Amino acid sequence: MAQIFHRSTNTFSRITIFGAVFILAFLTWVFAELDRSNYNTRATVPREQPVPFSHAHHVGGIGIDCRYCHTTVETSGFANIPPTKTCINCHSQIWATSPTLEPVRASFRTGQSIRWTRVNDLPDFVYFNHSIHINKGVGCESCHGRVDRMPLTWQENSLEMEWCLDCHRHPEKNLRPREFITTMGYQPAGDQETIGRRLMAENHVQDARVLTSCSTCHR
Amino acid sequence: MPTERISPRLLRVLAVWVVILMAALSVACRQDMQDQPKYIPLRPSGFFADGRSERPLVEGTVARGHLDDDTAYYTGKGPDGKPLDTFPFTVTRDVILRGQDRFNIYCAPCHDRLGTGDGMVVRRGYRKPPSYHIDRLRQVPNGYIFDVITNGFGAMPDYSAQIPVADRWAIVSYVRALQLSQNASINDVPAANRGQLGQGGAQ
Repeated sequence: MAQIFHRSTNTFSRITIFGAVFILAFLTWVFAELDRSNYNTRATVPREQPVPFSHAHHVGGIGIDCRYCHTTVETSGFANIPPTKTCINCHSQIWATSPTLEPVRASFRTGQSIRWTRVNDLPDFVYFNHSIHINKGVGCESCHGRVDRMPLTWQENSLEMEWCLDCHRHPEKNLRPREFITTMGYQPAGDQETIGRRLMAENHVQDARVLTSCSTCHR
Repeated sequence: MPTERISPRLLRVLAVWVVILMAALSVACRQDMQDQPKYIPLRPSGFFADGRSERPLVEGTVARGHLDDDTAYYTGKGPDGKPLDTFPFTVTRDVILRGQDRFNIYCAPCHDRLGTGDGMVVRRGYRKPPSYHIDRLRQVPNGYIFDVITNGFGAMPDYSAQIPVADRWAIVSYVRALQLSQNASINDVPAANRGQLGQGGAQ
């Protein structure tokens, strides 16, 4: 009777038995990399919007400050999406007949909200507050990237927990003086570590032990 | 050919593992914790006809702390309805700096950082506002400027939703500072500080 398994099967099974640890480790690594990849987190993928709003044009081109539209970012946990009225402030006269902006005008006429697609969407089990970050010296750019170069807005970072913790463990890497909070392309005037540590002391930033406590973000 | 029967014991162990594996695979597909059935700001609602979870104030109601009965502070006008020329609070250096900060955010897009009315939005085709540095606007009372920010004027929309009341007053103080800066003589500078002129960039 012919053998069902070839002789080489012996070697193969030995490798699988002793290599199981490495194979499992490799699979875990592949899974972790896929999980944090832009494909999964949808980072750097521009989102379709009902009106193709360009931050590159409004921020980079015209130089409008972030807070002209996102008015509550310094005082509230939520950086508001501006009401249609804010668009109409300028677009009552500029591009006032453009077909592209018809949904904006329709929204202003009828009072129905424009249904923007959310770009940065944290899981609901995470507590996040914009104002505390702004007031402690984390610039818009640090999380949202070069918004002034985004023709359509995308999420710049993974928003994974490891990304949050990376800064919560070392806040000094990302702190800047308040007057540059909305600056795009900010360059620290000197050594970032030194400036960051000084700002941590001035703004009473809690130490890493508190910032990385579970209940700081999951409350 | 002798066939070896799989023992029931092994079968049971296998079955348990398959169940555990399938359970592990299926939980990854649910996002109930990620997307909880609660309202976060601007999340749409299927309950209300307009689809908004954030509800507008019921007409005729006053939110706590928003009675706004201090007419001078909230409207910039006196009891006779005429704009006041005073400030409702003491103007300090911090107030003016705050005003500068807010002016550069909300006003400079049209009025430009000097207040001459040549901002980027005007260059893109918006109706040009008058310069702050004309006699008529140098003469207007503070309350008038406050009222224009609050209710708009001519082509200018109102900014009551974007700028809180205290910041509007701070902006008024900075507009006054701008007007002074563009129409000042050497005699307006205290003698002790004249040496700093021309050094540039000194705050």
